[in-house]
Amino acid sequence: MYRKSLSFPYFLWAAAFIIIPLLFIVYYGLTDRSGAFTLDNLVAIATAEHSKALFLSLGLSLLSTAICLLLAYPLALILSGSRLGKSGFVIFLFVLPMWMNFLLRTLAWVVLLDTNGVLDSIFKFLGLPRFKIINTPAAIVFGMVYDFLPFMILPIYNVISKIDTNVIHAARDLGASSFQTLYKIIFPLSLPGVISGITMVFIPSLTTFVISTLLGGGKILLIGNVIEQEFMKGTSWHVGSGLSLVLMLFIIASMVFSSRYDNGEGNVL
Amino acid sequence: MIKKWFGRTYLFLIVLFLYAPIVTLMVLSFNNSRTSVKWGGFSLKWYQQLFDNSTILSALGNTLLLAVLSAAIATLLGTSAAIAIHHMKKREQNICMSIVNIPMLNAEIVTGIAFMLLFITAGDLLSVAGIHFEMGFGTVLIGHITFNLPYVVLSVMPKLKQLNTSMYEAALDLGAGERQAFFRIVLPDIMPGVLSGFLLSFTMSLDDFVITHFVKGLGADTLSTLIYSELRKGIKPEMYALSTIMFLAVFIILLFVNLKPRELPSAEKKR
Amino acid sequence: MGNRLIELQHITKIYDGHKVLDDLNLYFNENKFLTLLGPSGCGKTTTLRILGGFETPDEGHVIFGGTDITSLPPNKRQLNTVFQKYALFTHMNIAENIAFGLKISGKSKAYIDDKIKYALKLVNLDGYEKRMPESLSGGQQQRIAIARAIVNEPKILLLDEPLGALDLKLRQEMQYELIRMKNELGITFIYVTHDQEEALTMSDTIVVMNQGYIQQIGSPEDIYNEPINAFVADFIGDSNIFPGTMLEDKVVEIFGIVFPCVDTGFGHNKPVDVVIRPEDVELGEPGCGTLDGVVSHLIFKGVHYEMEVTACGREWLVQSTKMYPVGQQVSMKIDPFNIQIMNKPESEDEEAVVLDV
Repeated sequence: MYRKSLSFPYFLWAAAFIIIPLLFIVYYGLTDRSGAFTLDNLVAIATAEHSKALFLSLGLSLLSTAICLLLAYPLALILSGSRLGKSGFVIFLFVLPMWMNFLLRTLAWVVLLDTNGVLDSIFKFLGLPRFKIINTPAAIVFGMVYDFLPFMILPIYNVISKIDTNVIHAARDLGASSFQTLYKIIFPLSLPGVISGITMVFIPSLTTFVISTLLGGGKILLIGNVIEQEFMKGTSWHVGSGLSLVLMLFIIASMVFSSRYDNGEGNVL
Repeated sequence: MIKKWFGRTYLFLIVLFLYAPIVTLMVLSFNNSRTSVKWGGFSLKWYQQLFDNSTILSALGNTLLLAVLSAAIATLLGTSAAIAIHHMKKREQNICMSIVNIPMLNAEIVTGIAFMLLFITAGDLLSVAGIHFEMGFGTVLIGHITFNLPYVVLSVMPKLKQLNTSMYEAALDLGAGERQAFFRIVLPDIMPGVLSGFLLSFTMSLDDFVITHFVKGLGADTLSTLIYSELRKGIKPEMYALSTIMFLAVFIILLFVNLKPRELPSAEKKR
Repeated sequence: MGNRLIELQHITKIYDGHKVLDDLNLYFNENKFLTLLGPSGCGKTTTLRILGGFETPDEGHVIFGGTDITSLPPNKRQLNTVFQKYALFTHMNIAENIAFGLKISGKSKAYIDDKIKYALKLVNLDGYEKRMPESLSGGQQQRIAIARAIVNEPKILLLDEPLGALDLKLRQEMQYELIRMKNELGITFIYVTHDQEEALTMSDTIVVMNQGYIQQIGSPEDIYNEPINAFVADFIGDSNIFPGTMLEDKVVEIFGIVFPCVDTGFGHNKPVDVVIRPEDVELGEPGCGTLDGVVSHLIFKGVHYEMEVTACGREWLVQSTKMYPVGQQVSMKIDPFNIQIMNKPESEDEEAVVLDV
């Protein structure tokens, strides 16, 4: 059949530009400059500087994932219960910001959050307590939540909006209160979306170097920053690859975690 | 009633959160003062200066060309792959889909450095053979096509699953060849998926920074990498003006595209 | 006998190591309404798809008008299919749907327009040219699917459970419509269904299939009145099927009671299956029939009452216009003509039967 041959260009592409590049990271990560096998690049994660960056990344990304989930879940419920949920409006609403450049969008928060910035001035005018957030880890979490919130909203919304309303009616009919229905019916059914949302937020948060550069003032180093510098400042690709391999362990772990729950429903699309 | 009011307020606050930076940038694009901190009065001067700024305009050109090319090529590759995968056995399908998903699920920084290692090694190998190869527009294009592919496959797959296979067989039955049956019956039916794959790819390419950052080499700045390189000196307000124009253009286009199907809601529901 | 129009010779089809069709031989004549009848998984749809060209048999040949078309693709075959869920092209209007095959074969516009008009008239949907498939009801979509197929003037129309998705009333209406269309067109209809009532109503000939084998071929009357084995008897209509012993010609014993019958040639003291249709059991006062029993269930079915009578430790299904309440003692009498004797099957997989249509 001609259909099978349709996949050849794609798989040629996938082999050349998906599989082989990843093998390069493995190769560089497990060798030194002379090409000899070594585990030093992996062990490099244990240095004080690197492990501090890794733990900070883990902490901030877990925090931002949790905040995204707390913000997104009620929103997904509200959207699926309203007429706004129909006719692609939701996707429109949450994909549209992507058309404003990601770096500029994130930078705009500097203007809004800076000392004497827009929010600070409003707080001052209202006599509310002033705050200093820019160039702190809190600003980085803020940026992560801002940038990745849509990736939490869309999969959860997709799953919840597909739940048969008769199932919810049946739960009510059988005597469940609206809270019990939420807790015992809607939440378990929406789990694939929640899990998918968690990975979609956690992985980019864990690995970002842009948000910390833009909102952290360049002083706070995440693991992403460390790896980026190993490559772009030309220190050592081997150490950079080794650290990436360590990072990939977390990525793979979180993918395995999500694939256990994934039944194809929780896609962002 | 209280619940509805609460829902509305909550939605409003989240939307405010998502759109506040966008409004800020728009306001800044009309700010007469160069610094972003002070309001120096309304002005259109950044819009005028934008069209004299050849650096920004060439980055814009690169960005749009990349977005169109990478989305088109990814759509072609991805759609044919989706059709092939759709006809595979369940087990083969699962293996293929996990390969397809890699560029979407993997961290951008990992994908970026993997590409960088590949291209630099390829350059070294080719120079031994006397061929000059270095990172530039071509490598960025390859990178963008690669991370666009999953979005195309994932938009087309559900449409293929919905496709009534007997529709294809009916076309054959009525005398159409396999090719005719595909172009006249299957393709029109999965077209919405193909189009949304293209649009998503275009958006992703336009918004990408990380991959481009690692594979652009010395040349081929896009808007994203240009902004990143200006971080230290401060962003030129012309950039705000350009972003505002692009955002509003897309907003208006999408508004039209999204409003249209609402005229025929019944046709959509019956499906 | 007429001409053999299309013939299946020694067809075997295997899916995942499971034989769906096993050495199937069958031929169809011109201008007939033929039905392939059987439970799901019996191989009837596979047979139809092999005829249509959507499946290639692992062994055997498909002969059409004297030529071997086994490996000919569907678009080169002179037969058309009406699909189970209609398979209308949703992005085309009705006229474009009907014109599809004609445009592919390069017919003139005037010819196509004529054909569309004719076909819509035939299926009683004049004036629907500009409508979209989704705006039509299931029954209307069904008619369009038929119209789309017949404008190509096929020698044979294949119909794959076309009425399955319609409600009862509409289904009965369409059954008469299909017979009318077949007579008007003068072509052969090959119809696949699992609904025995549909098969009995419409067919000239019924092919009963099970587990990849043909069980019986015959007119609706033959199949109903003289089922060849327990499977056919059970599948067509309601039946009482009991194990019995053929004592000698025209005498059968069931549960120790001797019944006169009309069948001969089974030999002496041969174990057989006995089929008695529920409408053939006559009920009466206790003692005046062949055996006595007690009514254990009673349902009103509209035209008749359906009762279960316990006798000889077994439930007998009986239909009667007269009602006997539950608990009532009754007697049962069966006319010798209405006792059908069948050989016991040799094994689970019933032997293939090859018979002329």
